Amino acid sequence: MAQAFTKAMARNIFYGGSAFFFLLLLALTFQTEADFPNLDNRAALEGPMGAKITKGKQLWEENNCIGCHTLLGEGGYFAPELGNVYTRFGNSTDAIKGFIASRPENGIPGRRSMPQFHFSDEELTALAEFLKYVSEIKTARNWPPNIQG
Amino acid sequence: MKYKSQSVAKLYFIAAIALFVAQILFGLIMGLQYVMGDFLFPAIPFNVARMVHTNALIIWLLMAFMGAAYYLVPEEAETELFAPWLATLTFWIFLIAAGATVAGYLLLSYSELAKLTMNELLPTMGREFLEQPTITKLGIVVVVLSLLFNIGMTILKGRKTSINLILLLGLTGLAVFFLFSFYNPVNVVRDKYYWWWVVHLWVEGVWELILGAMLAFVLIKVTGVDREVIEKWLYIVIAMVLITGLIGTGHHYFWIGTPDYWLWWGSIFSAMEPIPFFMMTVFAFNMVNKRRREHPNKVATLWALGTAVMAFLGAGVWGFLHTLSPVNYYTHGTQITAAHGHMAFYGAYVMISLTMISYAMPLLRGRNAANPGKSQVLEMWSFWLMTVSMVFITLFLTGAGILQSYLQRISENPMPFMVVQDQISLFYWLREIAGLVFLIGLVLYVASFFVGQNEPEAAVAD
Repeated sequence: MAQAFTKAMARNIFYGGSAFFFLLLLALTFQTEADFPNLDNRAALEGPMGAKITKGKQLWEENNCIGCHTLLGEGGYFAPELGNVYTRFGNSTDAIKGFIASRPENGIPGRRSMPQFHFSDEELTALAEFLKYVSEIKTARNWPPNIQG
Repeated sequence: MKYKSQSVAKLYFIAAIALFVAQILFGLIMGLQYVMGDFLFPAIPFNVARMVHTNALIIWLLMAFMGAAYYLVPEEAETELFAPWLATLTFWIFLIAAGATVAGYLLLSYSELAKLTMNELLPTMGREFLEQPTITKLGIVVVVLSLLFNIGMTILKGRKTSINLILLLGLTGLAVFFLFSFYNPVNVVRDKYYWWWVVHLWVEGVWELILGAMLAFVLIKVTGVDREVIEKWLYIVIAMVLITGLIGTGHHYFWIGTPDYWLWWGSIFSAMEPIPFFMMTVFAFNMVNKRRREHPNKVATLWALGTAVMAFLGAGVWGFLHTLSPVNYYTHGTQITAAHGHMAFYGAYVMISLTMISYAMPLLRGRNAANPGKSQVLEMWSFWLMTVSMVFITLFLTGAGILQSYLQRISENPMPFMVVQDQISLFYWLREIAGLVFLIGLVLYVASFFVGQNEPEAAVAD
């Protein structure tokens, strides 16, 4: 670097640039928040199933489902994507409930298996309603690319 | 070691290395579970092994950063640490909290742990990388605040160097953005949006300030190049980090229910994120070429150069590989992400931590400048074994990820996830073998601390 370029100039670029782009991030965040109501399926949270979905998210978190599965592409890469599992299971919450409830206690020999969580029927409903709610979030370009997630 | 109080760093470094070993062991368990699905099931299901693997990494990197801060801040400020006793106390608090958390992961089911720690009062658990019970998260906040207070007061009473100020800024950012881990709305889109303010703004933001400060500190020491030159470079590198990386957050806002314009913002800015890493590589090699002394700690210099190269490859090149939204549409959440994650974390944060430890540990153990030749040679072996095996882990996961993206998302007859996983199992086997080589490297690394310590040291100044 040429001698004309001093440390003080470099420092000013750092502080000025960081401040500018942080403010830009904040501005984009405000705009994004304004756009969320059209995309994030909050109607479901405010609707009759809202309490069930809330309970479902709590169960999702307190059993660390994200440790194996991805949800909208984020999480563990060990087990199938669940952002669209509701549609993959034929738009059926019962199919989701049935799958979770029927996992064998000691797994399937030689294969990856989902643990048996011993959920009550009410809890299964809550989880299924949570997954249905997520599947109805409007993702860009309708991600994932196809039904397989 | 110039100041007595720097010695608290030693505790942090030893704990960091111990957790590093735990991280790798659980990584190997997970790697095996990828191909032998019932391995350790249901005693240690995959999600538990993954939690230990990733959380141990985060905690040991934090330990290493804190150790680095307690070591370099007094030396830069040219004064003793403000309250060394506080640094020792918080170390034990941190270690016990980390140990209890890992024990909780392994001995209890996660839902029992959630109940025991009263997650329902302030639900923060069960989100990727932020799985720690709320009380552990509060503990992390207390420990980091105490660190900030301690080094802040030290800097106030001593010399104010750019390295110290940037390190302080980075650690302050670390504390501030971690607070978003306590925000957990039911609305999944908003939950994810602000979750990235912890995860992205940490690893592609403020952590890079910490990395830069640590690298600059070690380069000054081992090359003897003028501080003005090194600090000028440091400012330019971290300026580019934040100029590209802040809006680069957008590459996580492609497919999670966020508006379309993020496809553009995220693609364009994150495509520029390799620039600061490339500059860092040029910087490190330039400084070493212009060195004014032959520092006897050759292996610390090797780690420093390794950091610059591997951070560029892992974070820069492998990040760019899948950061453009048309590509990411097919690769999002596949093994490509895992490949990038592995090399980026190793290249940037693991290697800078080992650079710092490699430089400081001989001094903390009472040597004048460096470890004896025998020990350094062993450590160099560990450098090459770990680094080369990590390159292979990354290549195998990339192979797996390309096939996965194709079979599951691009081909005319997309196959279900589990069918695809069977098809690509060869790559997972190869990854596991590379992982075993990594473990051998790690064993040599630990062994290097116990080799040749009684050999006399060549007399060297500084």
